[in-house]
Amino acid sequence: MSLLKSAYQSELRTDLPDFAVGDSVDVHVRIIEGNKERIQIYTGVVIARHGGNSATATYTVRKALKGFGVERIFPLHSPKIEKLVVKRSSRVRRARLYFLRARSGKAARLRERTN
Amino acid sequence: MSAILGRKLGMTSVFDDKGECIPVTVIEAGPCYVTQIKSRERDGYEAVQLGFVETKAGRITRPEVGHLKKAGVKPVRHLREFKSAVLRSFELGAQVTCGIFQIGDKVKVSGTSKGRGFTGVMKRHNFSGFKASHGVHESYRGSGSVGASSDPSRTFKNWRMAGQSGNARVTVSNLRVVMVDPERNLILVKGAVPGARNGLLEIQK
Repeated sequence: MSLLKSAYQSELRTDLPDFAVGDSVDVHVRIIEGNKERIQIYTGVVIARHGGNSATATYTVRKALKGFGVERIFPLHSPKIEKLVVKRSSRVRRARLYFLRARSGKAARLRERTN
Repeated sequence: MSAILGRKLGMTSVFDDKGECIPVTVIEAGPCYVTQIKSRERDGYEAVQLGFVETKAGRITRPEVGHLKKAGVKPVRHLREFKSAVLRSFELGAQVTCGIFQIGDKVKVSGTSKGRGFTGVMKRHNFSGFKASHGVHESYRGSGSVGASSDPSRTFKNWRMAGQSGNARVTVSNLRVVMVDPERNLILVKGAVPGARNGLLEIQK
């Protein structure tokens, strides 16, 4: 292992499930309000992953909220993420699903992956 | 004031205790060796010379080998002087590690910036250049006027023009130390530091 990698190795999370672009996920986000901490569940479709499994890796989760598209970018190894649950996987043919931004409703559906 | 020499390894990010992501530069700092202690009586000023990166005796000049033999230090590639009060407490030939720094310290990091060669004013001084249309011809990336006419009949000194950019000594101040690991000789500072990977850095508090 390179010295650079050893600097951040302890930061990496190993408890996350495998997930891919096109998956519908529940992201359990820890939110601190004053002294209280609570968990907010953010549900949406992973439309992009960046940076593989490195310390700087991120993923983008898109959901439709009251007719508006909302996208959140999470750092993959963020300790603010309590857990990540994969609800459904889709058969997608590209690495980044940016075309979903132009679609809504029925047009934004993805074909479910069956193994 | 503490000081040490280091090698830039690259950038990555870590999370702080609040879970916020911090961009950091990883520096392999030390181990350095005290190769000479300069005194006011002998040299006219007080300073401590540090050596960094052990190497073979054949890779450095013979006068340098002799100089290091006097301090009882193995051959090292780089020598730098610091006017550091903390370093003055070390003895000749002693090892200096990054343990002299602490998490939360604000440090000053100096290095040699990446060389860009001879560049125009847009890259070198962030000039805007000219429009690509609306009648502009032959001067899309130029600097514009460099002075008035017959009075003063010359261009003033230090006017910003094209020329060598980069490959110069650059210092960045007030970088926060995020992590110190004397076992692996690693220092993590928040933000960017000058120069390319593997470049020599001077870190001072």
